[in-house]
Amino acid sequence: MRNSSKSGADLVQLMGAVANLPTGNALPILAEIQEALGRLIESGTTAVIDLGSIPFTGGDEKILQEILGDGEVNAVLNAMGESFVQETAIPGVWRVDHYDLQGKTQARFIEVTFIPDILRTQPEDALRGHEMLAERLNERTGANEKGG
Amino acid sequence: MPSSPLLPKLMKAHGVSRRSFLKYCASLTSLMALPPAMAPRVAYALETAPRPSVIWLSFQECTGCTEAITRSSAPSLEELIFDAISLDYHHTLQAASGAAAEHAREAAMKEHWGKYLVIVDGSIPLDEPGYSAIAGISNLDMLKETAEGAAAIVSVGTCAAYGGLPQANPNPTGAGAVSDIIKDKPIINVPGCPPIPMVMTAVLAHYLTFGIPDLDELGRPKAFFAESIHDRCYRRPFYDKGLFAEGFDDEGARAGWCLYKLGCKGPTTKSVCATVKWNDGTSFPIEAGHGCLGCTEPDFWDNGGFYKPLSAPAGNYRRVGQAAVIAGVAAGAGGAYLARKGKADALANHETVDAFTLEKEEKES
Repeated sequence: MRNSSKSGADLVQLMGAVANLPTGNALPILAEIQEALGRLIESGTTAVIDLGSIPFTGGDEKILQEILGDGEVNAVLNAMGESFVQETAIPGVWRVDHYDLQGKTQARFIEVTFIPDILRTQPEDALRGHEMLAERLNERTGANEKGG
Repeated sequence: MPSSPLLPKLMKAHGVSRRSFLKYCASLTSLMALPPAMAPRVAYALETAPRPSVIWLSFQECTGCTEAITRSSAPSLEELIFDAISLDYHHTLQAASGAAAEHAREAAMKEHWGKYLVIVDGSIPLDEPGYSAIAGISNLDMLKETAEGAAAIVSVGTCAAYGGLPQANPNPTGAGAVSDIIKDKPIINVPGCPPIPMVMTAVLAHYLTFGIPDLDELGRPKAFFAESIHDRCYRRPFYDKGLFAEGFDDEGARAGWCLYKLGCKGPTTKSVCATVKWNDGTSFPIEAGHGCLGCTEPDFWDNGGFYKPLSAPAGNYRRVGQAAVIAGVAAGAGGAYLARKGKADALANHETVDAFTLEKEEKES
């Protein structure tokens, strides 16, 4: 083996480091966010930026995180895998990261909005909730009647 | 059943919440390279899409494409979408065989005439149709017969899309692509050896939701084949700075420099490998340290050698788009002519290559 001077673990680490070099795409994205935030304030127009559609490495993520920071809201969804919905330190700018059941990334978005839609209860789910609650109450009252 | 939307019922049966569905639609919209604002339309279309009948034909192929698409690692909405299609014939996956299997194909064709979707993997031998046959029916006859009543055809993998490996120098069977034979149906080419499973899923989802996607000049969905791997490659900054690995174990290779000089075909290969990646988004060949082979492009086996830089002369194999095919005389005859011509050229130009030559070229480059 010609590469025996480097252990396998070193090489893996090196490849990881290379894959995480910033591409220079963080600053243009931040400029886009700035513009979108202006539109949100002026007209209430929301915007979604898909971070999966451009080369965006760990290094770029770091720059984004350094500038946007952590905000007041941090929500975890359990919907076919976890999703993290976090408001950044820039109010109105949210990170929405979707993962599948194995914890693998499905999609990464920046949402410029007052509240990301995915956090709201969906009317169809509320309807199902209404039915479920009725069933549970029926079971409880039925059990009480039997017991009583 | 075929006309009733199945997805809402399946979601309810599996206890999938509307929120989970919206999350899936957001991810799918991202995967289909549609603007994020389209997610609600994707959701609406998926919920109301009718269940199509699908006939999957496997010809001269290695089953790699089927292997790839069935490697969905966990129960997911993607699987539900596959449940939402009615896969009426797939001789590798179905339990029935022989006459019973062929009967299933004929029955599906009769019932859904004009509406079913045909998926093809593998190329079709045109020199002598008997080279590859299923239940005594040649691939050529089966394709023509099945395509006649199809709404559209999806050519999955480079073999079905452009001839692929079976067509490689010296093309012993005179292999041709689906588009060499079928001229009167919409054909979506999803090349790759194999294609990225998520891309295959997304193309099917696109067909279910919005119909035939926008295609490029090689019949590939633009959402996945509009940009070169090079454009989206994380090693691109090294190319721009002129930093190249010269060998697979040199300083440059270890520092992750551009693999152009080691034969990477990223600059001429269109695919989303660099962003969607493989094995559930783990990596892609260039990230693993090997140049792109260009497997989503026609004639990729014969385009001058995997380890020769793109700037090296590539011989006369390169096929420019489908122009060559369109110039062919008539449907099957045109394809057969091209296949024969390719074979004769290949025999005349045939060069033998052994491991020693490759090693030598690697050192010299």
